Amino acid sequence: MRFLSLISANLFRKKIRFLLTLGSFAVALFLFAFLAVVKDAFGRGSDVAGADRLVIINRVSIINTIPLKYRDQILRIPGVKYITHNNWFGGIYQEEKNFFPQFVIDPENQRQVFPELIVPDDQWSAFLKDRQGAIVGARTATRFGWRIGDRIPIKTTIWGGGAWEFNIDGIYHGKRQEDDETQFWFQWDQFEERIPAGIKGQVGWYVVKLESPDDAVRVAKAIDQQFANSPSETKTETESAFAASWVKQFGNIQFLIVTIGTVVFFTLLLVTGNTMAISVRERTPELAVLKAIGYSDRMVLFFVLAESLIIALMGGLFGLGLAYLAVPALGAALNGLLPNLVLSLSILASGLGVALVVGVASGLLPGIGAMRMSVVNALRRV
Amino acid sequence: MIRVDGNGGSSSLIKVRGLNKTYSRGGEKIQVLQGLNLDVDKGDFVAFMGPSGSGKTTLLNLLGGLDVPSAGSITVAGDEITRMSARKLTEWRARHVGFIFQMYNLIPVLTAFQNIELPLLLTKLSKSERRKHVETALSIVNLADRMHHYPRQLSGGQEQRVSIARAIVSDPTFLLCDEPTGDLDRKSADEIMALVDELVAKYGKTVLMVTHDPLVAARAHTTLHLEKGVLVEGTRSGAGQSVLAGGIA
Repeated sequence: MRFLSLISANLFRKKIRFLLTLGSFAVALFLFAFLAVVKDAFGRGSDVAGADRLVIINRVSIINTIPLKYRDQILRIPGVKYITHNNWFGGIYQEEKNFFPQFVIDPENQRQVFPELIVPDDQWSAFLKDRQGAIVGARTATRFGWRIGDRIPIKTTIWGGGAWEFNIDGIYHGKRQEDDETQFWFQWDQFEERIPAGIKGQVGWYVVKLESPDDAVRVAKAIDQQFANSPSETKTETESAFAASWVKQFGNIQFLIVTIGTVVFFTLLLVTGNTMAISVRERTPELAVLKAIGYSDRMVLFFVLAESLIIALMGGLFGLGLAYLAVPALGAALNGLLPNLVLSLSILASGLGVALVVGVASGLLPGIGAMRMSVVNALRRV
Repeated sequence: MIRVDGNGGSSSLIKVRGLNKTYSRGGEKIQVLQGLNLDVDKGDFVAFMGPSGSGKTTLLNLLGGLDVPSAGSITVAGDEITRMSARKLTEWRARHVGFIFQMYNLIPVLTAFQNIELPLLLTKLSKSERRKHVETALSIVNLADRMHHYPRQLSGGQEQRVSIARAIVSDPTFLLCDEPTGDLDRKSADEIMALVDELVAKYGKTVLMVTHDPLVAARAHTTLHLEKGVLVEGTRSGAGQSVLAGGIA
């Protein structure tokens, strides 16, 4: 603490340079937080996936359907606790830009298979009684200002065309912050009733809940063997593997984000390293005087590192603070185009960690130079 | 008593024996100091004069433990500093040497008070004790009313006073002055030298000073002349007596 006045006086000696360096850190950390949030959002499917859930799709592709009659056969396989099925509806609410996922669900088993998505019992009962009922995720409800009792038209271009009308009977919430609250569910019976006859009795995919996550490999193999050589062969994988392969369809987003992040931080390292080097070079005689009057080499290194660390810490906190304020607004502005954007504590902590690493790295070389500097030679430069 | 024949007694504060310093520059060896002997007692005030490149500043750097000799030894108050490690030497400098530079070398972003306090930050003194020491040093250099001024707000003479206060604040064993008046006008130079005189006469400080100015050198007890790394002449202030053959009281 006794050296604080010396460190802070040196920090603020060139105010514009200090603010610009701080700004570089803040912008880089803001960008880091934003990229990490997006990466996290894309990868969240596999992170929040139940370890005890399997997804069964048509071996050809997820666009191809699977017969409903498979359900009972799958349920008989040892290790399968519950099974439910979904279809992709792909409807449009008012305009195409108002995208949100709509799923046809099997009301009998939905809540057993996805217990983390909570629907109040009274709302669920109302939904079961209402053939045109729908349950909507809290985020989508908020986005469009929907309330229970509202009647919502959704146009379909896949299932025979026209607008389907739904009554909002309930709103679900995720148990965890990262759970997807954008989905729109409606009943299988209504769907089955309204689609053309030629495609009735077909589901998009099944989701199986296992007795134990340890059974995943065995059960997946058994399911696929069961339907091998049938007209609709299946491909069964864990929910997290399914989510990961779904994200891959968007391209290698993780690689892209990590690459951009690396470039940003490498640039930051060069900028701050150069700034620290200039700052130390300008102060060579002063550092020489400190060494002459008894400050050790290590203390001189400490002063340089302390300065770069303080800049990194302040800039980092400022950038992360901005991100903390901006991410929710950004999420709202994206209108649900991306999954829920969450700036988690781990992102904040790793951002701060990265800032400190860059701080140390940028101060290290100039600091070592100052540490090794010959007092006699440095004093000659005065 | 100053002696340059290497026969000083054991009571000498500073003992230099057979001091050599050689630099390599572009593959060429340059001998800056050649077999120098020197004995300085406590309370002595010595001025070193000589043309540029004669080795004055090199000698001062060696005496202050800022540089290491190629051969020979320097002993200060019984400690042979030429045998010390770099780390020990740094600690030794903090305790025993006060530096006064030609260009003052104050930290521009610190006030006079903070500049003077710098050596004390390395000690275990409390904040209030440090404050007391700094105020005492400021009163000695007669700058108590400028303690919160930054170097840019001070004249050259005042800056040098702050530099002197920084040099004496930790009560070092001796002071090394490298052209302390070299950047000052005559009036300011006289004031600074009066202050150095006072440090010697009133506070018993030992001072070794390099200067080009004969008027400044005349304030010292003894002036030693260096030429090509060898002490060629020494005079006692006022007496004009040579000290090369022996000591001078």
